[in-house]
Amino acid sequence: MTYTPQLRELLTRVEATRNKRLQGYFPRLMAAEKEEVLRKFHPDYIEASMRPLQVGVNTGDRVPHELADLLEARSRLENVRLDLEQLQYDVDVLVVGGGGAGAAAALLAQEQGANVLLLTKLRFGDANTVMAQGGIQVADKANDSPAVHYLDVIGGGHFSNVPELVRALTMDAPAALRWLEDLGAMFSKEDDGTMKSIHGGGTSRKRMHFARDYSGAEIMRTLRDEVRNRSLRVVEFCAVVELLLDEGGRAAGAVLYNMETGEYEIARAKTVILATGGSGRLHYQGFPTTNHYGATGDGLIIGYRAGARLAFMDTIQYHPTGAAFPPQILGLLITEKVRGLGAEPVNIDGEQFVHPLETRDVESSAIIREIKDRGKGIVTETGMVGVWLDSPMIEIIHGPGTIERELPAMVRQFNRFGVDIVRDPMLVYPALHYQNGGLLIEENGRTNIENLYVAGECAGGIHGRNRLMGNSLLDIVVFGCRAGRDAGARAAGVRVGKLHLEHVTAYHRQLEANGVLTAGRVAPLLLPRYTHRSR
Amino acid sequence: MTQETELLNVYIMGKSYQVPASLTIMNALEYAGYQLVRGCGCRAGFCGACATVYRIKGDYELKVGLACQTKVEPDMYLTQLPFFPAQKAEYNIRELKATAEQIAYYYPEIYRCIGCNACTKICPQDLKVMQYIGYAQRGQIDRCADESFDCVMCGLCASRCPALIVHYNVGILARRLYSRYLVPPAGHLQDRVTEIRSGKFDEDIAMLMTASADELKKRYNERDIEPE
Repeated sequence: MTYTPQLRELLTRVEATRNKRLQGYFPRLMAAEKEEVLRKFHPDYIEASMRPLQVGVNTGDRVPHELADLLEARSRLENVRLDLEQLQYDVDVLVVGGGGAGAAAALLAQEQGANVLLLTKLRFGDANTVMAQGGIQVADKANDSPAVHYLDVIGGGHFSNVPELVRALTMDAPAALRWLEDLGAMFSKEDDGTMKSIHGGGTSRKRMHFARDYSGAEIMRTLRDEVRNRSLRVVEFCAVVELLLDEGGRAAGAVLYNMETGEYEIARAKTVILATGGSGRLHYQGFPTTNHYGATGDGLIIGYRAGARLAFMDTIQYHPTGAAFPPQILGLLITEKVRGLGAEPVNIDGEQFVHPLETRDVESSAIIREIKDRGKGIVTETGMVGVWLDSPMIEIIHGPGTIERELPAMVRQFNRFGVDIVRDPMLVYPALHYQNGGLLIEENGRTNIENLYVAGECAGGIHGRNRLMGNSLLDIVVFGCRAGRDAGARAAGVRVGKLHLEHVTAYHRQLEANGVLTAGRVAPLLLPRYTHRSR
Repeated sequence: MTQETELLNVYIMGKSYQVPASLTIMNALEYAGYQLVRGCGCRAGFCGACATVYRIKGDYELKVGLACQTKVEPDMYLTQLPFFPAQKAEYNIRELKATAEQIAYYYPEIYRCIGCNACTKICPQDLKVMQYIGYAQRGQIDRCADESFDCVMCGLCASRCPALIVHYNVGILARRLYSRYLVPPAGHLQDRVTEIRSGKFDEDIAMLMTASADELKKRYNERDIEPE
């Protein structure tokens, strides 16, 4: 579906201002202006979108209704007869989740000599990791340092991040990238081996490293290939529906669910690492999402039910540039690298209204303001509204051929539906992108439940209230490795007691005692439902 | 969902369903009532989970596409490729050589290519698959890495190959060999790792970790930003 004649008419206004925009410099917002646009227009600030939890360790904390509905739900195992002594798997380290964090954790745990089992509810590698196009932040250039990176991270997170986690993230970053380089991940480089790097939203140095615009895909396929080279046991289409604890209240295994046969199985483990990813497929506030099909927050649910603490679950990241057109790719992630290379958000009159590289929360809020408050959005024939993202500016700035070379995935995805982003801008609107919070961890991925670890998007505290671009691919590698290393080493000294599910029974009792109406809801969700009948 | 437009007929594994003409194949499967378990992944053209084979009624030709990236057409006969039992060699990437012989050791079948070009014709990413296998045969590992880079490993090429080549596994081996052995390592990266291990930044970080919120805000708001 190409642009209609009406939209094409509007495009002339965008083209008319290019020379002016090329000459001028659009200022970044001052601190007070950022606060104002966030307060008035960021979706997190809509009071009615959240409610306080009525059960569990975070009782009283506000979370989005869609998540609260699942946290205040019943176990899938109610009325299921299980023999917890009938072990299908008995391992040292159980890794739940087959994205980047899970793969990194599994590799490092095995390197400690542990017997590792990796479970994933879809295919190995089906995760948000594979979709991350933009890049990975590492402070490795002469004008940069981990301290400069630290300040960017904590400022981007509105000074709410856990300092020890930010230290781990920024200080481990070069070694994490070196590890990937050594494994043969194909990062974009100069001829002499120097890593190419550009700016991302909220960065003060050009430290965004990338592998064309398949950065996450390249990291994922390299780690997956490495896991398969090391005869590490991977079971696909196998979800975890509850954690198992032992008498000491320690994490000691999980109840597994075969996504295809519907059978339950028991896995015993000395340590458990949850790397189940985010929750964009819960569609908070009805937003379209850039997330993977499996991003239903399962780890949050089973971890919370077992007593692990959540942090920052009242903050969600909206990516400023989800596709608003064509309708077939509504919500598709348009990588921040597009703005990093010089494409600017532009309104219906062809005017730029925000610096292209504000932090994601500010950039999103400014786009929402331009549309809702100032009425300067562009309405498509489906009723979807967006603003232009002027991609042809990239070629004007960097020369012909840049888009094809640096953004091949983007070019292909839009071409399939009749839009040529080399010649014409894209239409964008913020899309649900990232779970800033998660289960609270310390530096090695440990939680408040003994022998339970969390890594990747499922973890909370690293990014505080807002994550910067390129720190998520970094986070999954750094904390995947840390959790894997620690859980693998620790397993040797663990003696597992008798397995039980009493925490689930107790959770149900607490729901009832607090008068929480679960209305037939069961969780974790495992998969979203998009079938005709349920619409 | 987009607006309710005209409906068209598709056959999902032989059964007829009426679906809106604006949908992708994936949305059409869901519209028809399927809750997908296999054959659905990132929904954005990156993961290769939704390789789909189809034929238009009255035509003999088999076509393919990623379900999330292909629009429905009238009278499409659709089925998905949920899994392909491809062989993958196990190797220690740290003990290899970036040569044609090395690739041939693990994947000797690449020399059985009969030049039919079925792999290239079927690739939903429009890669020149046969070409990159040719580069692998001749030890042009850099070109093989470059040409195969956009591969999403959906498996369609291998499903069509009369010589039983698993192209995408050859591609990733070539990319890993190229990146590890043929491209110089980033000196500045290794230097930074060494500096961090020597404790060069410990003091700076400790200072930031103990700074007051106001001090941090001041430093953040006044930090210099590298020009674009």
